[in-house]
Amino acid sequence: MDTIAEIPKAEYLLKCTSACAGCSDSLALRYVLKAAGPDTVLVVPACCTSVIQGIYPNTAFNIPVYNIAFGAAAACASGMSNAFRAAGKKTNVIVYAGDGGTLDIGIQSMSGAFERGTDFLYICYDNEAYGNTGMQRSGATPLGARTTTTPAGKTDFKKDIDAIIAAHDPPYMATAAAAYPQDLFKKVQKALTFRGPSFIHVLAPCPPGWRFSTEKTVEMGKLAVKSGMWVLYDREYGKLTIGAQSKAAMKKLLPLEDYLGPQGRFKSIDPKTVDILKQRIAKNLAKLTAEEAAP
Amino acid sequence: MKKIATGNKAVAEAVKQVVPDVIAAYPITPQTEVVEQIAEFVSGGELKSRYIAVESEHSAMAACIGASATGARTFTATSSHGLLYMHEMTNWAAGARLPVVMANINRSLGPGWNIWAEHTDALQERDTGWLQVYVSTVQEAYDTTLMAFRVAEHNNVLLPVMVNLDGFLLSHIMQPLDTVEPGDFIPPIKLPHAIDVKNPAGYGGLTGPDQQYRFRWDIERSMRDSAKVIAETEREFSKRFGRKYGFTEDYRCEDAEVIVVAMGTLGKEAEVAIDILRKENIRAGSMRLRWLRPFPHLNLKGKQVVVIDRDYSFGRGGILATEIMAQTKEEVYSVIAGIGGQEVTYENVADFVRNRKMGAEVWFGVNSNV
Repeated sequence: MDTIAEIPKAEYLLKCTSACAGCSDSLALRYVLKAAGPDTVLVVPACCTSVIQGIYPNTAFNIPVYNIAFGAAAACASGMSNAFRAAGKKTNVIVYAGDGGTLDIGIQSMSGAFERGTDFLYICYDNEAYGNTGMQRSGATPLGARTTTTPAGKTDFKKDIDAIIAAHDPPYMATAAAAYPQDLFKKVQKALTFRGPSFIHVLAPCPPGWRFSTEKTVEMGKLAVKSGMWVLYDREYGKLTIGAQSKAAMKKLLPLEDYLGPQGRFKSIDPKTVDILKQRIAKNLAKLTAEEAAP
Repeated sequence: MKKIATGNKAVAEAVKQVVPDVIAAYPITPQTEVVEQIAEFVSGGELKSRYIAVESEHSAMAACIGASATGARTFTATSSHGLLYMHEMTNWAAGARLPVVMANINRSLGPGWNIWAEHTDALQERDTGWLQVYVSTVQEAYDTTLMAFRVAEHNNVLLPVMVNLDGFLLSHIMQPLDTVEPGDFIPPIKLPHAIDVKNPAGYGGLTGPDQQYRFRWDIERSMRDSAKVIAETEREFSKRFGRKYGFTEDYRCEDAEVIVVAMGTLGKEAEVAIDILRKENIRAGSMRLRWLRPFPHLNLKGKQVVVIDRDYSFGRGGILATEIMAQTKEEVYSVIAGIGGQEVTYENVADFVRNRKMGAEVWFGVNSNV
C-alpha cells in the first residue's frame, strides 16, 4: 500500500462540508474513514469536526457520527464500545477530537478509557489551538506561537501528550500528519487491528489559525516533519519505530526558520525563543532515537 | 422472594433483574453499596452486564450515553457532588432522548462535607428533562427502580429516569423486601434512533434557531406523555405484583383541613404525625409526592398546605413549596427541615402542623416560632 491509487475510492466524507479552505482536519479525516470503512462510528467532542458536518438535518458524513460534550468523548466511546462488544458487534469506535478536547478538557476521560483498556481508537487531530472558537491557546500550542489568548506569543511549552499516552502503555500508538495521507491511512488500518485502546496524534496545520495561505496546508505539514518539529513514528507494544520520512529528515534537518517563517503566528517570535525550540527538537529527536535503538 | 435489604441493595436487586447491557458508575457515599453490590453480581456471574468502573461521574453518564445510543439498556447510580459533576451529561442524556436509568442517593452539598440526606442535589437537576421519582421505603425503592426502566424505555417517553432515595435514612436502613420475577413486565429495549451503521446518521450536531426549539418542545411533549405511561405502568405493576403506588401517596386526605406535603422518608414519617394529630381532633392528612417530574396535579383545593422542604433555592424558597405555590391558590406554610441530615421526627412534623402560620416560611431549628 505505497501509492495513493491503492487507497479505497469509497468516500465517507462527502462534498460540501463547511470546513475552511485548506482544512487539514477534513483532509486527515477523509483518509481516516477510508481506512476504517463503513462499519465505524465516529465520536466527536466539541471541535472543528463538530462544525464541519453541516447543519441539521443535513450531514456531510456518510457514517454515524455521535456528537458529545467537550470533555466526554473517550467516556462516551467507552460506553459505546462496551455496548457494541456486548451485542457481539465489531463496529469500530473512533474518537476524532481536537487538541483542546484531548490535551486539556478531555484528558481525564481519555486517561480513564485508556487505563480501562477500552477497545477503541482515539485520534487527536492537532492544530495546536482552539480553532473552532477562533484560535485561543491550548495545551498543544507551541512555545512562541501567537494565539488570541497569547497575543505576545505562548510562554509555555507544548504539552507532551504522546508521553502521557505512552505511560498508559496502549498496544498501539502513532503520530501522523495530514500531509502524509498514505502513512496516516496505514496507521489507522493498523491501529484498528489491535484489541484495546490505540492512539494516533495527527498534526493538522490550520491556515486561518496559523496564518498561512490555504494552498500551503500540505507543505506546512511536510515542513514540520522536515524541520524535526513533528516526528512521525509508531509504537507497537512499546516498541518504537521512527517513520521513513522523519528518518530522512533527521539526516539533515531543514532550518526551523523555514517552518516558522511562512506562519503568521510566529511572526514576532524572538531569536532566543527560536533557539529554545531548536534545543527542544534536538532533545526530542535524541530521546526518540535512543528509544528506538534500545533493545 | 422475601428477604431483608437496605435501600441500596434493593436498587441493586432490581437492576440485577432487568439486566442492563452496560452499567457505568463511580463510587460516592452513600451510593457505594449500590455499585459494590452490582459489581459483585457481575463478578459472580449472576448479572451478565458490562460494568465500566469509570474515573468520574461525568464519564459515568457519558459512558451510559454512548452505550444507550447503540440501543443498549443502561444504568448508573450516584449522589450529591457526583450528580452535580454529571450535570452537563444529564442534560445531554435527556436531550439525546436516551432512556438511562439512574439511582440518586440524596445527599447534601458541600461545603462543608456533609454526607447526610438532603434533596437539593436532585432538585438542581429539576430542569434537565429527566423524570424524577422519590421513594420512601426499601420495597418502594425496588419496585420503583423496576418501573423506571419500563417508563424510560417506553417509546412514548424515551427520557431518562432518576430514582431518588434519602441518603442513609433509606439507603442504609434494613427493611423487608419482597422481590418479584419481572418477566415481560420489562419488555426488551427497542430504541428507534439507535445507531445503525447501515443507515448512518448524525446525532447532536449543529442545529439552528429554526430547529432547536422543535427538539426542546419534543422533550416537553414526551414529558407530558410520560404521565400516562407512568400511570399505566403503576397500574400494571399493581395488577401483576399487588403493590400500588401513584404520583402521590395520600394518607387520610379526604376529609382533611390541612395537608402535609413532603418527599422521601419525611413524607412517610408524616403519616405517623397525622395519626397523632387526628387523635387531637386536628383534621390533618399527608400527601407524599413521589413523581416530581412530570409534576402531577395535586388535589389541594380548599386545604391548608404545609410543605416540608429538605432543600432550598437561595433567594426564592423551598423548592417543593415554590412548585406547589405555582400550581395552587391555596395558602402554603413552608417549612425548611432536614437540611444536611438534620433530625426531624414525626413529633416535629406534628408541631409544624399545630403551629402552622399560613403564608409564612420557617427554617426548622432557626426560627424561634417553629
